[in-house]
Amino acid sequence: MLSIIVRRIFILIPMLILLSMISFVIIQLPPGDYLSTYVLRLESQGLVVDEAEIARLEQRYGLGKPLYTQYFRWMRNFIVHGDLGRSFGSYGSSYENKPVSDIIMERLPATMIISIVSTIVVWAVAIPIGIYSATHQYSLMDYLSIFIGFIGLAIPNFLFAIIIMWIVFAQTGHAVTGLFSLEFKHAPWSIAKVIDMLKNVWVPVLVLATAGTAGLIRVMRANLLDELNKQYVVTARAKGLSERRLLWKYPVRIAFNPIFSTIGWLLPAMVGGEALVSIILNLQTIGPVLLTAVLRQDMYLAGSIIMILSALTLIGTLISDIALVWLDPRIRYD
Amino acid sequence: MESPEKVNAQLPDLATAGVDDDAIEYLSRGKLIRRRFWRHRLARLGLPVLLALYMMAIFADFIAPYPAHTRLKGFKDAPPSVIHFGLDGNPFRPYVYARKRSFHPETFREIYTEQEDEKFPIHFFVRGERYEILGLFKLDLHLFGVDEGANITLFGTDSVSRDLFSRTVIAARVSLFVGLGGVAISFVLGCLIGGVSGYLGGIVDEVIQRIIDLLIAIPTLPLWMVLSAAIPREWPVEHTFFAITIVLSIVGWTGLARVVRGKLLSLRDLDFVVASKLCGGSDLYIITRHLLPNFASHLIVTLTLAIPGMILGETALSFIGIGMLEPGVSWGVLLQDTMNFGALVHQPWKLIPGVFIIVTILMFNFVGDGLRDAADPYSL
Repeated sequence: MLSIIVRRIFILIPMLILLSMISFVIIQLPPGDYLSTYVLRLESQGLVVDEAEIARLEQRYGLGKPLYTQYFRWMRNFIVHGDLGRSFGSYGSSYENKPVSDIIMERLPATMIISIVSTIVVWAVAIPIGIYSATHQYSLMDYLSIFIGFIGLAIPNFLFAIIIMWIVFAQTGHAVTGLFSLEFKHAPWSIAKVIDMLKNVWVPVLVLATAGTAGLIRVMRANLLDELNKQYVVTARAKGLSERRLLWKYPVRIAFNPIFSTIGWLLPAMVGGEALVSIILNLQTIGPVLLTAVLRQDMYLAGSIIMILSALTLIGTLISDIALVWLDPRIRYD
Repeated sequence: MESPEKVNAQLPDLATAGVDDDAIEYLSRGKLIRRRFWRHRLARLGLPVLLALYMMAIFADFIAPYPAHTRLKGFKDAPPSVIHFGLDGNPFRPYVYARKRSFHPETFREIYTEQEDEKFPIHFFVRGERYEILGLFKLDLHLFGVDEGANITLFGTDSVSRDLFSRTVIAARVSLFVGLGGVAISFVLGCLIGGVSGYLGGIVDEVIQRIIDLLIAIPTLPLWMVLSAAIPREWPVEHTFFAITIVLSIVGWTGLARVVRGKLLSLRDLDFVVASKLCGGSDLYIITRHLLPNFASHLIVTLTLAIPGMILGETALSFIGIGMLEPGVSWGVLLQDTMNFGALVHQPWKLIPGVFIIVTILMFNFVGDGLRDAADPYSL
């Protein structure tokens, strides 16, 4: 067990390095760079360009140097100073020249809250429904859950968000955008702020959870149906085990396996799906920042977000693989 | 465990088969697959709907009464035309009324009132704007239209007075074919790379698998966002379309490569392959006669189920403004008009392109499920 973990961590390190390289290269794809855009902006605003400042930035990020030099500077600054570079203000002027790490840290809590709450809702809804569907195959509930599953699968997240906003707006005249009411937007965290958030957070959670639930119900139902037809279930039943104990003790546990094996992908998938929903709902999460950053070629900001999301996926995959070995003794990695 | 009814239901079958020799059907693999597929009710619904949608996309210029960029002057945000029946004594003859625009005295919102004294019959197969079909024929025939003086907007108009029905039909071309194009590229890449990985094995396999792991680790939507943001905005529509197809398949091929590799690895050492080898079958013979038929059906299933994801991807990218751009039209581009959800209260018809997306995705999933059941016709 320990050797598996150690070996996996050793594989993880080169993968993380490769990922940082890929992130850096893909954000360099659009033409133009940070400095030329920055200078252009200053000049367009009629401001004097400080030559010393430009030279300092050039030195720090190795701009104008070959790509690999820039990459090494970027990585060195990150590892030594925790500096991922600076934003050049693609997302509102208040972010101009702000360290990328600060922006990400500022946006991370809301992102995590939405993702985690959605995930919990998905599990709480999908797993029981999946189990019920599988044990009551071809019942009314089963067909209903299949129908809901298909709908959740077919409606694009962003369209669903718009439809919900439209319905709420038409019914109540209240626009469910943003995560907080105006008076709490810049207030420090408090009980009242959390309550205020709960009033608004249900929209993104509903949208994200519907998509996730649709997929998970299908997986859970299919897995459990496969298990229920196996011989050991028949044997256990023949030996007189009660139906409830039989179900929970063996097939359900095995049906959980694929869910655990994709746990690691859940957070990045949520952040990905959340990005679109947040753009429409105007939420203070990472998604909208990433969109404007890639659009305006705010490369350090975009690259850092991509790198962090990818790193989270890799680490998540590792955790779920370990969890799987621990949960299912039949699995052996040799 | 089979219920007694089921067993009984099969008995007469067996009996007649024994008596009447002609009743025995010898079904080929293809026939079995088709039979299984048609037994899937939803797939039976999905296939014709998809075919109809694709025909609509191919003959979009013929079906659409107006070109995608024609502005119907003075008809901004107009609701769908109401079609009336009964003209010149013929109760089935359809017509529309001419509409007149006025403004709400307080909100200044456009109000369109039908002029009941000005009836315009809907003509079928009328001459209109010239267009090309498949780049082969030049035509000016349109399925339907009305005379000058009125207009027909089945799905209403958008915020710059363009006919939403025409645009929805024409946008289907990009939206539907981006999936096929993406899957075609994914198919080639996936088979090639997955095939090499599974066939060669060893270090090559290891390296390719790690690369796939890496690509999968990068969250799809952000990756698509970064890549499509790199597409120059001044490119012509066809180039953008092609670029987006490639962007979508960059992630798409990985799943396919895994399927191909996994199948190759699991089949390579099976008895029937070894037997064929012992009988003197060449590698090519074994691959084409034994291996490929074994997982071709699985490939088709994987491909069919990959298409909706790509269509959704293009829609999302176009919707947030980094996919297809004007003058290109796709369903995602059309849905940009819904971004202002306050206006939706008064103009719900702007959501109609979304209905097309949902139906398309559903049908692809139905057909994919049907194919999955049919893929392995010998299983019970």
